[in-house]
Amino acid sequence: MARAFRTIMQSILAPVVSTSLYFIVFGAAIGSKISQLDGVPYGAFIIPGLMMLSVMTTSVNYAAFGIYLPKYTGSIYEIMSAPISAFEVIIGYVGAAATKSILISFLILLTATAFVSFEIQHPLWMLILLIITGTTFSLFGFIIGLWASNWEKLQLIPLIVITPLVFLGGSFYSTSMLPVFWQTITKLNPIFYIINGFRWSFFGSSDVAIHISLFCMITFLLLCITVVSIIFKTGYKIRD
Amino acid sequence: MISIQNLNKVYEPNLIALAEISLEIKSGEIFALLGPNGAGKTTLISTICGLTRQTSGFIKVSGFDTIKNYKKTRSLIGLVPQEFPLENYESVIETVKFTRGLFGKNPDADYIEKILKSLKLWEKRNTPIIALSGGMKRRVLIAKALSHKPKILFLDEPTSGVDVQLRKEMWDLIIDLRKGGVTVILTTHYIKEAEIIADRVGILNRGKLLLVEEKKGLIKRFGKKVVSVELREKLNSIPKKLSKEKVSLSEDKNSIFFEVSNSDNKMSISNTLKIIAETGLSIKDIHTSESSLEDIFLEIIADEERH
Repeated sequence: MARAFRTIMQSILAPVVSTSLYFIVFGAAIGSKISQLDGVPYGAFIIPGLMMLSVMTTSVNYAAFGIYLPKYTGSIYEIMSAPISAFEVIIGYVGAAATKSILISFLILLTATAFVSFEIQHPLWMLILLIITGTTFSLFGFIIGLWASNWEKLQLIPLIVITPLVFLGGSFYSTSMLPVFWQTITKLNPIFYIINGFRWSFFGSSDVAIHISLFCMITFLLLCITVVSIIFKTGYKIRD
Repeated sequence: MISIQNLNKVYEPNLIALAEISLEIKSGEIFALLGPNGAGKTTLISTICGLTRQTSGFIKVSGFDTIKNYKKTRSLIGLVPQEFPLENYESVIETVKFTRGLFGKNPDADYIEKILKSLKLWEKRNTPIIALSGGMKRRVLIAKALSHKPKILFLDEPTSGVDVQLRKEMWDLIIDLRKGGVTVILTTHYIKEAEIIADRVGILNRGKLLLVEEKKGLIKRFGKKVVSVELREKLNSIPKKLSKEKVSLSEDKNSIFFEVSNSDNKMSISNTLKIIAETGLSIKDIHTSESSLEDIFLEIIADEERH
């Protein structure tokens, strides 16, 4: 987290500017052509998608980079030789990435209020789902950072897997806008269920029932926890 | 202080890095691990510090097992690695504070200041690591290792790549730490370093601990003195009377020389000189040279290679 505060302009200004651009492009330019989606004005409809886009990509990148850099420079030696448990190491790296990504998503929410008016129907659920998503994707990023043996691999999964899946997971549209074939394809995308679950917390309705979204989120979270536990048990790419 | 029993480390598929290492390191001593590249010195240190997992065997630090009680054992240890694994854009003081925090210690500005001043880093406390010279980076690593007041300090090749002045300062620092009750274990290629500061030495080769001995005892046991007798006249061959004394003739045939072990050199030297005098050879001068720890080390390693 210390790095995030040292690079405060980059950490705060970048999401504010990019969110504003999304609202100008999608909200004002395109949104003016779309009246309402599932009874929600388009400008408000994209807020959960924007927050999820941010929380997923930021947490993956931040956690992956966070563990890869000390591995790359060798400074991980002091973490591994310190009197701290594997659980504490995970809390440190994953907690920092998740905290930053969640704070940034709140910044996006705050920026959105300057462009559209909206109400959050289930604020507690919104917070819970945001924490689950931030933690899960930070764990996923942590795994990528441990697995990556070079900079190319570090960028590979976030760029060619996460970002396309988030964009195609209904961040900016409802599946009802798609042809039937693409609706079916979209339903194969796990991130579609996460984004829609989060959208439910805002508007009380979405393309998927909340319990299915919640099941997907918790399954992915448990999967990531299991993989990280195995990594620390076996010492994979950490201890010889 | 450190007790190692039958320690083995095997890397897949079948690379033996450490083989049946058993070693006791006493509290408050300076112990030097010597060995050629790939001997297993860094692997041994890394295993004690928790960076590498042992394949079998036990390591105890102050009576605590390094696996079962890893928090306790690691809290007693400070490690200075061989390379410069530092976060380049951190400042000196921040990186030292970070390490102290990892050991669960409260920030202690006075102590951090004391360490940085003792290592001549105080003036550079706000400088990013990337702007420091190699010698200063080495000192930063030592400051980090000392930040939590360890009882045991591991130094992996502490003076590699540092100038003569800094090397001397490092030696003084190590000796001061020992005076303060810190047990110091260092690996080195620079045998002179072990000869100057170590109390005991251990020689590793191909993962095996060949010997562990008091430095002075080792020099006495394995050390040799070469006595060179310069003659007034050239000699064509060794006189018959000297043939039993293992005396050799120099290439320029101006002198003869013989070796005696450090353990019994006085008698041997006087006896051989007496026989030389009896042969009627005219002596111009006598020179002696003693084998260093490095000579002993090379001999032990060469002997091991032969077997």
